[in-house]
Amino acid sequence: MKVLLAKPGLDGHDVGVKVLAHGLIEAGFKVVYTGLRKTIEEIVDMATENKVDIIGMSILSGTHLVLAKKMKEVMDERKLNIPWFVGGNIPAKDIDELKKIGAAQAFPTGSKVMDVVAYFNAIKITA
Amino acid sequence: MADAKIKSMKGKTAKELNVKPVFLESGLEVNPVYTAEDLNATSSTHEMPGEYPFTRGIHPTMYRNKPFTIRQYAGFASPEETNERFQFLIKNGQSGLNVAFDLPTQCGLDSDDPRAFGEVGRVGMSIDTLHDFEIAFKNIDLDKITVSMTINGTAIILIAMYIAMAEKAGYDISTLRGTAQNDILKEFIGRGTWIFPVDKSVKLVVDTIEYCAKHVPKYSPVSVCGYHIRESGANPIQEMAYAFCIAKAYTDGALSRGITIDDFASRLSFNFDIYGNLFEQVAKFRGGRRLWAKIIREEYGAKKDSSCWLRMIAGGGGGGLTKEQPENNIVRSAYYALISALSGTQTMALCSYDEAYTIPTEHSAEISLRTMQIMIHEMGICDTVDPLGGSYYVEALTDKFEEEIKKEMKTVEKWDGIINAVATGKIQESVSKQAYVREMGMQTGKVPKVGVNIYTREEEAKDVEFHPYNLKAANAQIGELKTTKAARDSEKVKACLALVKQDAIEDKNLMPSIIAAVKEYCTVGEIVSAMKEVYGEFKEPIFF
Repeated sequence: MKVLLAKPGLDGHDVGVKVLAHGLIEAGFKVVYTGLRKTIEEIVDMATENKVDIIGMSILSGTHLVLAKKMKEVMDERKLNIPWFVGGNIPAKDIDELKKIGAAQAFPTGSKVMDVVAYFNAIKITA
Repeated sequence: MADAKIKSMKGKTAKELNVKPVFLESGLEVNPVYTAEDLNATSSTHEMPGEYPFTRGIHPTMYRNKPFTIRQYAGFASPEETNERFQFLIKNGQSGLNVAFDLPTQCGLDSDDPRAFGEVGRVGMSIDTLHDFEIAFKNIDLDKITVSMTINGTAIILIAMYIAMAEKAGYDISTLRGTAQNDILKEFIGRGTWIFPVDKSVKLVVDTIEYCAKHVPKYSPVSVCGYHIRESGANPIQEMAYAFCIAKAYTDGALSRGITIDDFASRLSFNFDIYGNLFEQVAKFRGGRRLWAKIIREEYGAKKDSSCWLRMIAGGGGGGLTKEQPENNIVRSAYYALISALSGTQTMALCSYDEAYTIPTEHSAEISLRTMQIMIHEMGICDTVDPLGGSYYVEALTDKFEEEIKKEMKTVEKWDGIINAVATGKIQESVSKQAYVREMGMQTGKVPKVGVNIYTREEEAKDVEFHPYNLKAANAQIGELKTTKAARDSEKVKACLALVKQDAIEDKNLMPSIIAAVKEYCTVGEIVSAMKEVYGEFKEPIFF
């Protein structure tokens, strides 16, 4: 199972996304990482090129709702249904909002690596 | 005379004494007891503060003369708000302000760039053209205030704007003061606001150093940041080692432009991080200070003592604070402040206890300020210099740190130096691996953290909060940019941008052409684009 970890927007904080990358690799996932400051279009391009099963976006600057709406738009435009997640500084009140927009789940800072891995593993089984 | 049992503990390891071994975050093992036998010839026990190699402090009387400077951070979205804040500070007798910039300004994008959408004015002031600077500094006497700019990727442009603004207002720039962070190498390791390839990025830093040394000698163009490297996962040894390698890269660049070490070294300052083990941090700073002095004197041949000083701001880092039981952060920050003072810092800053989940309130910022003031006025921290000097443990650990930092710097040399190690992602890889080990240690309880994995309690989860995005202010900024652009002489703008590009092709110092360009109100985005045409962009090595 292949995961694309992505950093959309201008925020350059990548400690968390790299920690998750290590955790996923240790749990047997294949991980592709976009690097910093990618547009949503670039992220979706990479997801299709690499044929990933899941997309995870890490956003810490507070722009998660703006970027999630854009993600939904691009996924719809291209008629893709790869499950996508948001992690980072996400206020609790925005988690439902993100799900309404189209995110499969949101993992706010403080989420445990093991919990994210378990969640992704569950997707693997149902897929 | 010590009795036989106590004597038998001398120099023994934990294993020999059958107690649990203890390792510091840096990996060094701590003995259960230290004695005079753990000191060696280079220990600072016979050294005086203010004396080379400055293990005990860079000044003979340190805080007796004047306590460390307290500096708290603040960010304001618009040039107008920044101006109001300046006016307020001057009225209240203060003389310095840190200016934070929004991410588009830091990444070289104008406010109307589609990539800037949702970010204009979010984390600091938005700057498109010199016009924004002129609003921010309206009616401000630049002789009376020093401005510290937290800017890196576009530092050369913003320093040029500051100088251009002063020149246009009729100031003699040879007396102009101020500082810029301008440490691009650490941006590749953590924080991420790089734009150009690593070698070109360093060239631009050196351009600012050269220009300031010749024309604005009171300006401090670089502050080297171990802080962000540690926050990205580096251990305390690596924090110092990488920062010193970075400082050496800028120093080498300055020397290659004909600046002497004694002219440059005293304009260099450092920004370091504090969290974790108290003694380890103190030893890190004492050992690091000694090593830096030796590097500057022995490797670079500096004659002036002041060139050898490790001048630093050392503050409580966000990395040590927790969202859980946040009041505990007040206690942690007080310890961090104590560490900073015991380490002989020049300037101190503390994160607010609520910073892990929200925008610090006035109340929480006041607690940080009072924490430092209580230490100064009630704890006797300023009464005597280097109060931990002579402690067997601290001196032995200080010696060990000097040695280990040096060793880590050698590793970077093996990676063909810091510029190459950053360009190929070697440093990023080693730092991120450690961040993973540390995070898993916290999540599994191997690394104890009060309120997080021990002594936890059921509590209502603290929610993260952001300033709501001010779309109206962002649109106003874009409108202002449009008006400024419309009023420009487009022929002059074109010529200025062409000159920046030409100077980049000819590998000239870009400061003069950028100063000329900003005076014609060329935008940050336009200047960065002209430079990109020649330099290209950094291709991030994908390492984790």
